[in-house]
Amino acid sequence: MDIKVRFFASLRDKMGRADDKVSFDKDEVTVGELWEKLSDSPLPDSILVAVNMEYTDASHCIKPGDEVAFFPPVTGG
Amino acid sequence: MKVVIESEGFDPYKAIVDYEKTMPQGKHGGIVTFLGTMRDFNDGEDVQSMHLDHYPGMTEKHIERVSQEAMDRWDIMDTFVVHRVGDMVPGDPIVLIAVWAAHRADSFDACRYIINYLKQDAPFWKCEITKSGDKHWVEHNSEDPGVAQRVAND
Repeated sequence: MDIKVRFFASLRDKMGRADDKVSFDKDEVTVGELWEKLSDSPLPDSILVAVNMEYTDASHCIKPGDEVAFFPPVTGG
Repeated sequence: MKVVIESEGFDPYKAIVDYEKTMPQGKHGGIVTFLGTMRDFNDGEDVQSMHLDHYPGMTEKHIERVSQEAMDRWDIMDTFVVHRVGDMVPGDPIVLIAVWAAHRADSFDACRYIINYLKQDAPFWKCEITKSGDKHWVEHNSEDPGVAQRVAND
């Protein structure tokens, strides 16, 4: 399955890209597995994740067609 | 209920007057507003300008949700939120929250609820450019000493 990934703010700068497409040869992938494939390290507490624009965590199971976004703590308002 | 993500500068007072024209007149007894503006300092540094990034779609979704929560929780008539994105300079409005209600207590509580949860949940990120030319992402919002207790009570 192919997963669409987006990065924002300082994480976009750090990753060097605003989005990516990551391929897995299986249909059940967690957010944690996706992050480890992108960075070779476990998802740290300092990075937030949203799947289909809802906050979630590393144990969330990603489905085909989902949009996953990683970003630092928010600083609006 | 309306949420606007504004990429250009805006006049918050005109925005309130214009929005109020869409509402039935004479029904509300008060409007509580919060206006957040850009400071020229942060963490002891002089800030010359700022860029606000956001996650289009998710940002609107989360502000609409917190506005609806406020509508459900308090006896208020309407809410209006405008939040800037893009490039701005000190003094520019960043966020406007307006709450209309028949009585003041509910509108004060609802307005505070919206700004607190907006700051916690809505995906915006500030990138500051200091007078020395240094560009850095703000890592965390400044603490409102009462926020944790208020959220714990909510």
